[in-house]
Amino acid sequence: MSTETLEAPVKEKEGLLSKRRKKFVTDPLNDDNPITIQVLGICSALAVTTQMKPTLVMALSVIFVMIFSNLAISLLRNAIPTRVRIIVQLAIVATLVTLVNEVLKAYAFDMYKELSVFIGLIITNCIVMGRLEAFALGNKPYDSVLDGLGSGLGYSWIILLVAFFREIWGSGKVFGYPVFEAIGIENFATNGLMVSPVGAFIVLGFIIWIQRSKTGYVEH
Amino acid sequence: MDLLNLGIKSIFIENMVFAYFLGMCSFLAVSKKVSTAFGLGLAVVFVLGITVPINWLLNEYVLKAGALTWLGADFASIDLTFLRFIMFIAIIAAMVQLVEMTIEKFSPSLYGSLGIFLPLIAVNCAILGSSLFMAQRDYTLAEASVFGFSSGIGFFLAIIALAAIREKLRYSQVPDPLKGLGITMFITGLMGIAFMSFMGISL
Repeated sequence: MSTETLEAPVKEKEGLLSKRRKKFVTDPLNDDNPITIQVLGICSALAVTTQMKPTLVMALSVIFVMIFSNLAISLLRNAIPTRVRIIVQLAIVATLVTLVNEVLKAYAFDMYKELSVFIGLIITNCIVMGRLEAFALGNKPYDSVLDGLGSGLGYSWIILLVAFFREIWGSGKVFGYPVFEAIGIENFATNGLMVSPVGAFIVLGFIIWIQRSKTGYVEH
Repeated sequence: MDLLNLGIKSIFIENMVFAYFLGMCSFLAVSKKVSTAFGLGLAVVFVLGITVPINWLLNEYVLKAGALTWLGADFASIDLTFLRFIMFIAIIAAMVQLVEMTIEKFSPSLYGSLGIFLPLIAVNCAILGSSLFMAQRDYTLAEASVFGFSSGIGFFLAIIALAAIREKLRYSQVPDPLKGLGITMFITGLMGIAFMSFMGISL
């Protein structure tokens, strides 16, 4: 788990997307992925991934919360006393999550019903808290926003991948569209295990295995 | 009898970890040794047993639609449900702090063993998750207390079992990329299958 605070010296007039800043976005996608390498945010990664659609909504919500909580904490970083920082972080994250929750309730009620408590659980998603602690508390706002975006995207593509395999094997569909019937395979034998929680563990286990053999990361 | 059924159901059939994936972060991070897993498990049981009933009271008398009627008829139309997340998490953080201080004062030895786990619990999703489930399912106070406590027991059993398996696993040859998180995922999956066998039981 890498929790070191990145504080590279900022040169004057650094480009908006300089090489150093690009790394904030690209690193969490693979080499420093929040789920498979840093082991953060597993709960929601598994709970919502039976289908692609709720997973996409979840991913977008997390990206939104990540970016804005990172921004808010980073702006306030010099004003927050260290002793109470956890509660300040929780308050900011909870406010953003409430916002997401109310928007979903108003404009996508079915989705809101389906995700039920898991939107609320973004508050305790360790990715959000972990990045706030490790990055936003010690870095400038713009860098923190990029870091939030990167971590959010890294989280998103893993949960979308898990959801893809679970949905296609569990119910033979992609985004609710029956792909196997469309290409002429009738009676595709679906695997009930994939829909159940167990499938998520197994699929994520394989993803971690494959990804770590590629990046060569070994846990001791 | 219903309460007993609810208790057994939330320990085995709807186990926090295997059925809802709640508390996975600490479940994976703190399950390398049985002794530390024991400490964390105990702390979770403790905090869940306290926070769920308190959050029930908060939800029933402050947050629910029409909950403020006891203040007077004018308040009957107020619905503060949208404040649920922020209030629940505040209660949890406050309770964790309080529990930590109480334990430190009255049982230094228990404090020594729980020590670092208590603050971590504030951000454990099993705690917030149980409170949200409790609010969603319209439990009574007695049911909420039983639900909170037995959810904690469920988490406790699960994390001890995983820690015991991982201790044994140290002597087996796991492929390099699968070490740590990867193999733990597979183990948890297999344990989940075992817990699924409780599913058919109707209480």
